[in-house]
Amino acid sequence: MKQYEIVKKKVLTPEISQISVYAPLIAAKAKAGQFIILRVDGEGERIPLTISSAENDLITVIYQKVGATTLALDQLNEGDCLHDFVGPLGEPTHVDGYGRVAVLGGGLGCAIALPVAKALHEAGNQVDLIGGFKTKDIVILEEEMSKACTNLYICTDDGSYGFSGFVTGKLEELINSGVKYDHVFAIGPLMMMKFACKLTEKFNIPTTVSMNPIMIDGTGMCGGCRLTVGGEVKFACVDGPDFDGHQVDFDEVIARNATYREFEAERKRDHLCRLGGGALNG
Amino acid sequence: MANMQMTKTPMPEQDPQVRNHNFLEVAQGYTPEQAVNEAQRCIHCKNPACVTGCPVGIPIPDFLAKVAEKDFAGAYEILSNANALPAISGRVCPQENQCEGKCVRGVKGEPVAIGRVERFVADWAAEQGLANVATAPKNGHKVAVIGSGPAGLTCAGELARMGYSVTVFEAFHTAGGVLTYGIPEFRLPKAIVAREVDNLVKMGVDIELNMVIGKILTIPEIFERGYEAVFIASGAGLPMFMKIPGEGLVGVYSANEYLTRINLMKAYKEGAETPILHNKKVAVVGGGNVAMDAARCAKRMGAEVHIVYRRSEAELPARAEEVHHAKEEGIIFDLLTNPVSIEGDEKGHVQSMTCIRMELGEPDASGRRRPVPVEGSEFKVDVDAVIMALGTSPNPMSTKGTEGLEKTRKGCVAADESGKTSLEGVFAGGDAATGAATVILAMGAGKHAAKSIDEYIKSKQ
Repeated sequence: MKQYEIVKKKVLTPEISQISVYAPLIAAKAKAGQFIILRVDGEGERIPLTISSAENDLITVIYQKVGATTLALDQLNEGDCLHDFVGPLGEPTHVDGYGRVAVLGGGLGCAIALPVAKALHEAGNQVDLIGGFKTKDIVILEEEMSKACTNLYICTDDGSYGFSGFVTGKLEELINSGVKYDHVFAIGPLMMMKFACKLTEKFNIPTTVSMNPIMIDGTGMCGGCRLTVGGEVKFACVDGPDFDGHQVDFDEVIARNATYREFEAERKRDHLCRLGGGALNG
Repeated sequence: MANMQMTKTPMPEQDPQVRNHNFLEVAQGYTPEQAVNEAQRCIHCKNPACVTGCPVGIPIPDFLAKVAEKDFAGAYEILSNANALPAISGRVCPQENQCEGKCVRGVKGEPVAIGRVERFVADWAAEQGLANVATAPKNGHKVAVIGSGPAGLTCAGELARMGYSVTVFEAFHTAGGVLTYGIPEFRLPKAIVAREVDNLVKMGVDIELNMVIGKILTIPEIFERGYEAVFIASGAGLPMFMKIPGEGLVGVYSANEYLTRINLMKAYKEGAETPILHNKKVAVVGGGNVAMDAARCAKRMGAEVHIVYRRSEAELPARAEEVHHAKEEGIIFDLLTNPVSIEGDEKGHVQSMTCIRMELGEPDASGRRRPVPVEGSEFKVDVDAVIMALGTSPNPMSTKGTEGLEKTRKGCVAADESGKTSLEGVFAGGDAATGAATVILAMGAGKHAAKSIDEYIKSKQ
């Protein structure tokens, strides 16, 4: 196998795919909660993706085709090589000695919640994994998630499968039914993490969030991934990506992550044009 | 008889009003005639002070003498034996504080333009396809270098020349460190950095990209792989901020981020995959070389640019030439001014910055007069971006998992002048050891470390 070769590729939904990349040195070190940065080609942007699993010399990541770079990534198939693949970056998630925990995964965030839940479970914690999706058709990783926890609860926004409503709704239901959580992990879209933290703050349950700010080098040089935590500047690549969710200034991160939204939309349109009209509907 | 012309032979430059719209190199280099004319200004002092001012100890009068005789190949041999990266140092050294600052010709009139002649010789050699890549036969010893910036590249080059097998681990996808991500194209073309890196590869140096030491491998693991010494040259780390309100707004950049987007990721080019904001009015806070680089980049991206600096012009830490070039290009200097807060609009985008006037008081620990706020002098300026160029704090990443490595009070790797650290076989130099400094000081540290690594490995036999 060649360096950074895509050894396996699996389409999970029309929008989400999973690739396993040959990177033995990274695979030997990677722990739950860490991420890699990749570039598709020599002109490409550096994008961070959280490690979904690391075994047998392979790093698996799951991506959603949201922008030009992930669309370009999706053009590669088994046997193709990525141009660059760097990691494992960030600090691993702390998993020891909590007791009973709830892990919340939102959509693609489930791909990150899965290894965290698995590591927490293997470390002897009792793990309730709550995975939320918009609708039944795009539920991913259900089987893998069920093996990685004590209880799995799938939620759908439209009620087409499992609990009807958001993951925060399910969590609140569980808490109200008398489940005592020692810690909550919320992993997913910023809005989901923000509201999960509002809820757990009410019940006074310590909560860890996995932050995904804009990032360039990922090695503690550029400072692009900074966020305010408890009134102090922190860097997701060095101090994170996990932070105390009750201390994070979510509104600031939400605004900062939208910095290049117009540019990204334009690049995506350009990219789809290059791929041909058919993809525009895809 | 020396050429007694009182001033430096001028170097052709792009017109300021043209170059502030492009990223092509500003200074275009001497012609052979100009280089010879300038080299002839050296009066060959019996005890040349210039050499004592050079961190890498180039025998300056010797190479100038060769240039004066039009023996450019001879000049290149002398220069490249002492300095692994002459095309780079000729462009970015603060010569006025080093060799040229000590030049006797500078007492009456201007010093010899040593940097310009150095650059000429290096560029001439490259045009001729000359590269000083001769090495001693391989001695069978392996050394690892962490970081491919000026300290790492210099150390690797020196060791390769002595016959060592050297591996350089670089965290980024391109080698060069600050030479690649930090210093802009118009001051140091990336093709020149790539050429110097290629020369090291020709000398047998192995450069491994995408290797974040401390994460993928720790320093103890590097030793387990058969390396006998490690040189930590991982550079400076995270950018500092002012801790004023509004630094989290959209449009507040660290200079490192702004420059990395432009220089490494080529965000200034049409069609680049990496985005950057195109601002109308930018404040760059700070007065060092990095501030000048960021300001001149922002100008080229089409903005009105202000340098906001809390002391006066005399205290600006940037190279004199950078300040001069920035002014020529239309950068506005708001001196004795300090930001107090940054204000945003309803979407969280930078809208204005409130500043306070400063005056100089008594000298502080740095020997410079301390800037003191003038009470009640706050005023607001409309800006849509603020770039913080305030220096950096040490990056803790590369030394993770390395027990017993002493750090300084500021968090840098503690190393003596020869690069030795508290751990046997581990050496450090450049910004990783000193905190943010200059390219040439890092090169000097790389050179000294190579010497001590050689002595260390020989002493073990």
